[in-house]
Amino acid sequence: MYVDFPLGRPLGKPLDPEFQTSVITAAFDLLNEPSGPVLVDFPISIEDSSSEMLACAIPPRFDPDLHPAVDEALGLRAAYNRTVEKSGRTSVGRSGTADDVAGMIEIFIKLADGTPLSEIDVPGGDHIAVAMDLRSYYEEAALSLSDHVPAARQAESWLYRGTKLGELLHHAQANLKDSGAERRDWYYVMPSTHHRGD
Amino acid sequence: MSDAAVRARANDIPVYEFDSLAWTTPKPLAESRVALVTTAGLRTDTATLWSQSDEGFTVLPHGTNDLSFAHFSPNFDRSGFNLDINTVLPTDRLDEMAAAGTIGSVARQHISFMGAQKDHNLATMRLDTGPAAAQLLREDGVHTILLTPV
Repeated sequence: MYVDFPLGRPLGKPLDPEFQTSVITAAFDLLNEPSGPVLVDFPISIEDSSSEMLACAIPPRFDPDLHPAVDEALGLRAAYNRTVEKSGRTSVGRSGTADDVAGMIEIFIKLADGTPLSEIDVPGGDHIAVAMDLRSYYEEAALSLSDHVPAARQAESWLYRGTKLGELLHHAQANLKDSGAERRDWYYVMPSTHHRGD
Repeated sequence: MSDAAVRARANDIPVYEFDSLAWTTPKPLAESRVALVTTAGLRTDTATLWSQSDEGFTVLPHGTNDLSFAHFSPNFDRSGFNLDINTVLPTDRLDEMAAAGTIGSVARQHISFMGAQKDHNLATMRLDTGPAAAQLLREDGVHTILLTPV
């Protein structure tokens, strides 16, 4: 069964058990077909909302001596903690924990300033894993700052278009690309849905 | 760029074509043990990111909530999973269906591969890790699999 749902949401709608069950039931109904192969479309399509940013309040600057992205990230910690406490899980952890977020951002500050990747000490040796951790940290925090279930890609649009970290990642990605870094090293810094000009 | 644009870029990628397609008449669903197989790149640990070409799999014990979305590719919405694990791995829905008698039972464990592979022929998955994962599920008495692609 082909489901025309946002990439990353194969059951279509989070926190909607009735809809999720209808998807599974439709798939299981295909087991009654007398012969195959069988290919049918689920009758409901859902589009992503990549053009809309999640309405999500960002904490005001707290410490003007910190880089704006670091200050912003530290300000999101309470929201991140609330989400993790509620869900019982986090996808932060490949390069460090939430306690290490400031250090993670420092890597991209250096990249945005033009420091070659080879001269930066990256935990675990993979800045892409660090970028993933930062994304998880922000998107998990955003869920506790929003009062509704976000449509697909709204949280990532908020991160990459509406935050200081997002702007920093764009600068870092551009420097990596312009410096001739391997494609893997700049392409996967963020989703291709938010790349500028490639 | 939207999901539609991402899909359009992947539409014309050649994939492996089987000489023949298997067809099996399934057991009645109410007598079937059901497992989930996802390509979301889920892991039970948060310390590891899947590598871009890893065609291996992870075993996800049923009922484990503490999973991380470790797919190498960033090109997927993750907020749905963060909000509700059933958006990707609908274990609660299967439990409800088992309680209602719609399915016979739920497997003791589920499987995650990672999609968006570099090798579009999926040779390792077809010939090695896929059969190995299937064997694990067969040993648990699984009859039916629900695949949730990411």
